[in-house]
Amino acid sequence: MKQLVVNNASLALAFMLVLVAMIISTKEKLHLAKDIIYSIIRAIIQLTIIGYVLKYIFQLNNAWLTILMCLLIVVNASWNAYKRNPNARHHFRDYLETFLALFISTFVTLGLIILSGSLKLVPSQIIPITGMIAGNSMVAVGLCYRALNSQFRDQRQQILEKLALGAPIKTASLPILRESIKTAMQPTIDQAKTVGLVNLPGMMSGLIFAGVDPVRAIRYQILITFMLLSTTSLGAIIAGYQAYRHYFNDQQQLNETN
Amino acid sequence: MAILTLKNVSYTVDQQQIIPDLNLTVAANDFLTITGPSGCGKSTLLKLIASLATPTSGEIIFAGKNQLDYERPLYRQQVSYCFQQPTLFDQTVRDNLQLPFEIRQQDFDQARVTNYLELVALPANFIDKKITDLSGGERQRVALIRNLIFPPKILLLDEVTAGLDSRSKEIVQDLIRQLTQDKITLIQVTHDSDELKTAANIIHMKQGGIIDETISR
Ligand SMILES: Nc1ncnc2c1ncn2[C@@H]1O[C@H](COP(=O)(O)OP(=O)(O)O)[C@@H](O)[C@H]1O
Ligand SMILES: [Mg+2]
Repeated sequence: MKQLVVNNASLALAFMLVLVAMIISTKEKLHLAKDIIYSIIRAIIQLTIIGYVLKYIFQLNNAWLTILMCLLIVVNASWNAYKRNPNARHHFRDYLETFLALFISTFVTLGLIILSGSLKLVPSQIIPITGMIAGNSMVAVGLCYRALNSQFRDQRQQILEKLALGAPIKTASLPILRESIKTAMQPTIDQAKTVGLVNLPGMMSGLIFAGVDPVRAIRYQILITFMLLSTTSLGAIIAGYQAYRHYFNDQQQLNETN
Repeated sequence: MAILTLKNVSYTVDQQQIIPDLNLTVAANDFLTITGPSGCGKSTLLKLIASLATPTSGEIIFAGKNQLDYERPLYRQQVSYCFQQPTLFDQTVRDNLQLPFEIRQQDFDQARVTNYLELVALPANFIDKKITDLSGGERQRVALIRNLIFPPKILLLDEVTAGLDSRSKEIVQDLIRQLTQDKITLIQVTHDSDELKTAANIIHMKQGGIIDETISR
């Protein structure tokens, strides 16, 4: 395999790319300059730390440490998905529900890939794949939460009508729930349709960069497409079926403020 | 015999007291009419009775049992609230009339639906109409059938004839008149002068959710 080298000098030159964004922001008065600086500094620090941490973990090749790292990824992804729920109120319980959705969707998907024999049980394969699965589930769960919230706001009167007719909260919410899960999965489905035609996804590009035969690289990409469909659908369904309940009180009445 | 009793019912939202301390008894098969200025709390009162909101204090007794002791969906199927300017849901008239069957886990009964459509002067093929194609009066009539297709014990009508075209209004008033013959307890809110003229039991509410006077004739 050819080794890909990005040295510090070429990184410094590539910083010009950031300057392009900064100049546009300043000229167009987007007021993004501060945000851009903050975000790249964060990215550099985060990635540097994670680079060393991963190097250490890969060298140690310890099962418990790998599991711990995967759990940390899921805890973190859950926190981010939880924060995207505009209706999160009872903080710890809501967080636990989000965690459950991320945990199940990530580890069921990961487990199936491991069972299929496409992954070696080494940290350098398990950890990046877990990150990819959890990251996509996180986005899907966040989308599901937001779609639920906007529909509960827009269709408030319709839900009230159904409740008044004696519908249980689940029957009253079902169309909204389905729509939200669809919304959450749509990006993954759209991506699956255009994969390879428009952009070469990160994983595949990475493999090709590193000198892997494209025909072998696509097999990984196909695997990842399957994986993402599984994790986003599981994540959105588990999260959605728990989250809709919190729009109602114990008397099965729609909560006042959303 | 009283089918519905409100004991010292109050309702407060955001520190605003909408209903202060209300007592009311409704006998089975009564036809009660509530009227009063806009914003005095009539709709809120009906929503409390329908268990779409819970009293801050006091209790509501339905058929000898506290409202809160019923399973919520079952209670609301028996104490059915028809909204002021109802909204139809989903896509078609069928979707709306299907729900009452669905929540009772029964198959959609076409003949029964046709009968009820006829009752409000709508043709049988109306069932496949898109809800967006309906006039305000037609919408109101479909909404009423939703409440009635499995007749409740108490029907709560919140200004259901307000703002309707004269034909729809006549049809709805006829329907209400027919319902008084059935074993349904009716509580309606109205401003309509004709409806008030013919009403036998009237409650006048005033600002602040207070019962001003009760007239029986
Ligand atoms: N959910 C609510 N939150 C805050 N205020 C409300 C709410 N529902 C009703 N109100 C207030 O309660 C009062 C009574 O409203 P309502 O029962 O709709 O009156 P009516 O039907 O007699 O016109 C009004 O002042 C209204 O603004
Ligand atoms: Mg009203």
